[in-house]
Amino acid sequence: MRDFFAGLSIVTGLAMAMVSMPAKADPAPDIGNWQSVLDQARGQTVYFHAWGGEPRINDYIAWAGAQVQERYGVNVVQVKLSDTADAVAKVLSEKTAGVDDGGAVDMIWLNGENFAAMKRNDLLFGPWAEQTPNFAYVDVEGKPTVINDFTVPTMGLEAPWGMAQVSFYYDTARLDTVPKSAQALLEWLVKHPGRFTYPQPPNYMGSTFLKQILTELVEDPKVLQQPANETDAKKVLAPLWGYLEDLQPLLWRNGQAYPQNGASLRTMMADNQIDIAFSFSSGEVSSAIEAMELPDTVRSYVFDKGTLGNTNFVAIPYNASAKAGAVVLADFLMSPEAQLRKQDPQYWGADTILAMDKLPEDMQKAFADLDLGIASLSPSERGTVLPEPHPSWMELVETEWQKRYGVVQ
Amino acid sequence: MNSTSASNNTPVTGLELRRVSIRLNGRVLVDIDTIITPGEIVTLMGPSGSGKSSLLAYICGTLPVGGTAGFEVSGQVVLNGRRLDGLAPQDRHVGILFQDDLLFPHLSVGGNLAFALPSSVRGRLERRTRVNEALESAGLGGFTDRDPATLSGGQRARVALMRVLLSEPGALLLDEPFSKLDTQLRDQIRTFVFEQARLRGLPTLMVTHDPDDGAAASGRIVNPV
Amino acid sequence: MLRLFPAFTLILMIGPVCAGLIGTILPAFGYLPALGGDVISIDPWRDLINQPGLGISIRLSLINGLIATLISFLVVILFCAAWQGTRIFGVMQRMLSPILSVPHAAAAFGLAFLIAPTGWIVRAVAPLAGWERPPDIVSLQDPLGIALIAGLVAKEIPFLLLMTLAALPQADADRTRQVALTLGYGRVVGWLKAVLPRVYPQIRLPILAVLAYSTSVVDVAMILGPTTPAPMAVRILGWLSDPDLSRRFLASAGAMLQFVLVMIAMAIWWGGEKLVAWWGCAWAEGGMRGLRDDIVRSFAAGAAVLSAAAVFLGLASLLVWSFAGYWSFPEFLPRSFSLRLWMREYDMLGATLWITLLIAVLSVGVAITLVLGCLENETRRFQKSGQGAILLIYLPLLMPQISFMFGLQVFFTGIGLERTLISVVIVHLIFVLPYIFLSLADPFRALDPRYLQTALCLGASPARVFWLVRLPLLACAVLTAFAVGIAVSVGQYLPTLLIGAGRFATVTTEAVALASGGDRRMIGIYGLLQMILPFAGFALALLIPAVLFRHRRGMGNRNRI
Repeated sequence: MRDFFAGLSIVTGLAMAMVSMPAKADPAPDIGNWQSVLDQARGQTVYFHAWGGEPRINDYIAWAGAQVQERYGVNVVQVKLSDTADAVAKVLSEKTAGVDDGGAVDMIWLNGENFAAMKRNDLLFGPWAEQTPNFAYVDVEGKPTVINDFTVPTMGLEAPWGMAQVSFYYDTARLDTVPKSAQALLEWLVKHPGRFTYPQPPNYMGSTFLKQILTELVEDPKVLQQPANETDAKKVLAPLWGYLEDLQPLLWRNGQAYPQNGASLRTMMADNQIDIAFSFSSGEVSSAIEAMELPDTVRSYVFDKGTLGNTNFVAIPYNASAKAGAVVLADFLMSPEAQLRKQDPQYWGADTILAMDKLPEDMQKAFADLDLGIASLSPSERGTVLPEPHPSWMELVETEWQKRYGVVQ
Repeated sequence: MNSTSASNNTPVTGLELRRVSIRLNGRVLVDIDTIITPGEIVTLMGPSGSGKSSLLAYICGTLPVGGTAGFEVSGQVVLNGRRLDGLAPQDRHVGILFQDDLLFPHLSVGGNLAFALPSSVRGRLERRTRVNEALESAGLGGFTDRDPATLSGGQRARVALMRVLLSEPGALLLDEPFSKLDTQLRDQIRTFVFEQARLRGLPTLMVTHDPDDGAAASGRIVNPV
Repeated sequence: MLRLFPAFTLILMIGPVCAGLIGTILPAFGYLPALGGDVISIDPWRDLINQPGLGISIRLSLINGLIATLISFLVVILFCAAWQGTRIFGVMQRMLSPILSVPHAAAAFGLAFLIAPTGWIVRAVAPLAGWERPPDIVSLQDPLGIALIAGLVAKEIPFLLLMTLAALPQADADRTRQVALTLGYGRVVGWLKAVLPRVYPQIRLPILAVLAYSTSVVDVAMILGPTTPAPMAVRILGWLSDPDLSRRFLASAGAMLQFVLVMIAMAIWWGGEKLVAWWGCAWAEGGMRGLRDDIVRSFAAGAAVLSAAAVFLGLASLLVWSFAGYWSFPEFLPRSFSLRLWMREYDMLGATLWITLLIAVLSVGVAITLVLGCLENETRRFQKSGQGAILLIYLPLLMPQISFMFGLQVFFTGIGLERTLISVVIVHLIFVLPYIFLSLADPFRALDPRYLQTALCLGASPARVFWLVRLPLLACAVLTAFAVGIAVSVGQYLPTLLIGAGRFATVTTEAVALASGGDRRMIGIYGLLQMILPFAGFALALLIPAVLFRHRRGMGNRNRI
């Protein structure tokens, strides 16, 4: 055991000596002076931490990286994540270790709770997003969610990247008519028990379904824009729980088991286990058909009173090593050219954040000429976009759901 | 270090065990004081499990002393006037044969013998010649490249002996070396081993529980305690 | 030099392991300044106790872990008892050993596709039963976790069998078995009464490793296990990856509870072992011969074949999926096949495979060197290395890996080594070394010491003895340990991603990221790709000794897989 303690003291000493080692610091870029940002960015490598579950999205990021390399000399490496929380945890661990400069994460693809948590814990760099050149094209007036991430003001700490809106989908070969409201869905399920389900909260898609129902059933939807603790939350949520009382026994497996994420919902649809599913983008359904995951008879639709919509963003951690490079990449991702390709279902099929009337004419035409794919909804088919509730509602609903339905044994 | 007692006495050739005593948990396993002269074969007779083998291990230098194993040892081992205690096993030049031949299964017969040949014998050809000669002398000419696993029990026993002898030991220790051979073979191998030991003038200590072994050795028979 | 090995091993292990522990323990008591937790409190524990369904999660982890381990153990032991020394035994061990190279998650996905209500078995029956839609049966993620147990058993049987096979020669199993037979005992009973007591002590550590793994498994549980609620380890993962960062306190308390659960599971196993040993002695002395054991023998063979078949069919399903075009229920095979996804992955594959191999070979090489050094030091000094130190080496197996990661990240970031190849290799080492230790220690210690005694007395130096006698004699064991280590290293996802900060894209980091997209084709492709390196490792572990010792019959049954 003597060896043991000798070793311990050596390691501790080594650790102490190295903790105080200064990491290479990247001075905060002066966003107002764009040329200086470009100068500073040249030669930097941006480690872009982004969910990597979709080969097409990975390809799109690779393309964007190549463009930025060619134009601005910024090297982009995508760190493919299975869960965005891993990147958040990484930044948190660096903060714990006192690494306030030269961090490993340069940019994260995120929104909602992850953004709220990072903002709350001062883990973000900025403000920067609204001073970038291409932000001028962003549809701030028509799409308020581009600066309000789940009702939390972004305050320039993240740049919008894409729009998402809940859409339902079904196989026209199996169904003729579809329920287009919460109540209609319930009635449909009485006739077709077991043919619908939602991912198990706190999965993002599952919680989104609950919020969709909540938004539709609540007396005054405005109350959901306030933090839950400033309202009579119990009263606000009562209609949701009343609805679920009726819905749960009619779900697939009587609500004893749940798919774990939106992707398994798609798989269940393909396997004919359910008749109606939903996703955050109708373009995603088109690409799933393209990828032969779903039959080409699948089509999308939305509820009559509208469905929830939100925006996803890219943010830069407070200790990023290549902040200027990340800003340049984010700016490029907002450019009409990058957004056009992003909306093309051949490459990705996600909705743009840009305002058409702010774009040059040729770009407007290019957007209008896009073939959105057979199962995608055109802007006119999408109906009303309902705002996401304040994140505190999500937490409340998830916790309460877990108590009521998370334990069935 | 403590060589005064050795140098005070007249140097003796042979294997000298000076008041060697081995205890395990306070029980005396071996207590012996004797000199084995070159070419002499001394038989240490006793029932199995009486700790005779630990004496051989002690002479070899492979007995776990102190620590968790718990053997307590006193006394000295002297080979041809040289104190062995404290020396590493490989520096003692004491050869040992067990009841199993323990030929290395991963080496050929020749490889096993070459392993034992001191490195002072230089040159591939010279080493190979020495190995072949040894095999010839054991009646195993041409066996150099054979797999030990393909040999009969008697052949293996002879290879094992030749392997020990090639290492040029100053003394030979036998740990029940014939107990696994069948009767017919046993006499033959026993004779062969004893012949070789006498021929080379090796002080030999044999541990056995078989009275026939003792009789065949026709030397002194001593008890462990 | 040699005497420094234990110290050096500890130096490499202790920093990360302690950091991992501290990074779990402090937040469990409310301390994590980066999140504003700067006072010690028991709130996380109160929070933990108030989690709905906590009791069920605990029960699932504990009972399922124990049952899965017990079944795997019984099948392996009965199979060895019934068939050791027969041709079927040889065939089966050749069939089972490749399964070791199948990553747990891939095996679980394969099994899931086999037994799901939309899986192959149902699809095979569907035309007969006239099913247009998948039947509403609960064959996956069942509330009792039976599917999870099945998945674990199928994967652990080969591992335990390999470990048992390595122990058999040292236990002199062949001759002991024959003695029992000649005394008029039936095969199975004779083996259980005479051989098992000698083999068991040698496979106890691997069994405990299986128990720890089964009690704290995450990936297999996420695919096959129940979710309402999920077993403990899966819930901890959920809390740790919750966007609400304050849940990390709860998660850390959960991780400590998980550690306690593993300890309790081991205590129960240990108690059971004592009971069985006490009862077994009486049974052995009772003289019951058990001559009519045909049923038991068929059962043992059946169970072993079933478990192997499940994994192989599951792999076949991965293979079919990886080439599948559109494939709907209840079609038994896809309507069309396509090379498209393979082609696209093929381009990226080279670099990731090389990086995976580099990290694996480095970490496993270091691990084997250290373990051999420690063991050699132990034999030369006639003493076992400090038992406390050994416990430390096994700690990473006893804790949920994900809870360990936070402290590890802080540690490597703190010493400025994060993102470097060194730190990735060290962090792999932490999880590889315990497996190397438990696959090498027993064969090493069980090697007949008289070989070495003889070699020393022939005048060879200890170093020469080590290189020329001990290592060749242990060649099979060392190569097997190497292969096991490669498999463990290749399978590391979180450590590679987090400590390497995404700078080292391995087959597994790619696979897990792509699998999160849920496309079964991608899961199939990467499940198979993940097998390549471990499979090559196990193949080499078989081939090298076979070629090297092709003219040495005596090496044939030494630690053979």
